Amino acid sequence: MQAPSAPFLRAHDLACRRGDRILFRSLSLDLAVGDALHITGANGMGKTTLIRSLAGLLSPYAGHIEKEGAFGLLDDRPSIDPDLPLGKAIRFWARVDGCNDILPAAQKLGLDDLLDVPVQYLSTGQKKRAALFTLLNNDAPIWLLDEPLSGLDKPAIVLVTSLIENHRNNGGIAVIASHQTVAIEGLKTLAIEDYAL
Amino acid sequence: MIGALLRRDLAQFFPFAGSGAALPLVFFLAIAMLYPFAVGPDANLLAKTGGGVVWIAALLAAILPVESLVRSDMERGVFDQLRLRGMAEEAMMAVRLLAHWLSFGPPLILAAFPAAALLGLDGPTLHLILIGLLAGTPGLAAIGLMVAALTASLRAGAALSGLLLIPLALPILIFGTGALARQDPISLAFVGAISLGLVAIAPFAAGASIRAARDV
Repeated sequence: MQAPSAPFLRAHDLACRRGDRILFRSLSLDLAVGDALHITGANGMGKTTLIRSLAGLLSPYAGHIEKEGAFGLLDDRPSIDPDLPLGKAIRFWARVDGCNDILPAAQKLGLDDLLDVPVQYLSTGQKKRAALFTLLNNDAPIWLLDEPLSGLDKPAIVLVTSLIENHRNNGGIAVIASHQTVAIEGLKTLAIEDYAL
Repeated sequence: MIGALLRRDLAQFFPFAGSGAALPLVFFLAIAMLYPFAVGPDANLLAKTGGGVVWIAALLAAILPVESLVRSDMERGVFDQLRLRGMAEEAMMAVRLLAHWLSFGPPLILAAFPAAALLGLDGPTLHLILIGLLAGTPGLAAIGLMVAALTASLRAGAALSGLLLIPLALPILIFGTGALARQDPISLAFVGAISLGLVAIAPFAAGASIRAARDV
């Protein structure tokens, strides 16, 4: 399912703060179909704040954001109920996104053997893959990924990288905040330190 | 989307569904069971004071689920994900209010029958209690939801929520037990009116609290 008009994400002169401290200022970005942006920066520089501001969950201190297309957010919280078996937990999100068959996406992420396991018994990497499942099913054109590679083993990192590539090739946009290297061709980079006060 | 959320919320909060979901019900019955032991088996005294005890038990049972009502989903980012899928916080909270009331109001009303038997209450009194609980529990659920959303981002939220909920619930308690003292159902109309007002504002107040908590 593709949005009727081409997705884009623009930010003009963005400044964000946490508490009383301005994290960064005069940050602008312009992303169109097929773009992928890697936001780099040390811990505490405001990568997560930038991602959440772009998503509209935080209001920026200054500047404004324009976008076309829905957001899919992946962060350190998988948003799945820890008490439920994995299959039940992700079926809720599949239902919210109007998708009935969870098996194809689960197989793609190697989750099909884990569907009966309660979420609280899963490892960090397995939970991350479950979060990726909800992202894939959501089918939003603009991906906002906050540390998508943390806690993943090498094959899973390759898998996530190829998922991002696929998403770009299908006309999506990806914003990746990570301190790890992301091996994607034609990746734009934005060092958040350049905008710090 | 709303149907899926209601289904999930009900599965989470309905008695005997998950961890501790039956606690309010057990708590309610425990008070009704312990009260005769504490004041003695004087049937007159029990019949006179028992109705008030049922109301106090209902109010205290309303405090128990508040802690788990909003906090864990906020920490897990469930509300953020639903927001990004285009659902308003007010709609999420309205669904949660309905699920919370369904899993706490009707079970309490059913539990009022054994509670009345334990306290030796007569038919007319039980009748007033049942109507009162039907009118009052939506209001208690609404107060619980608002308090839960307000305190969800605080560290000492659980302790605070009890203190916040009790004074807000006082009008419901006063009019609910007032009907028993005078054996006159007219003050239950006030209980219903207070409940309706609270139910009307709760989704908006709770939704605004969730939005405000993101900026903390």
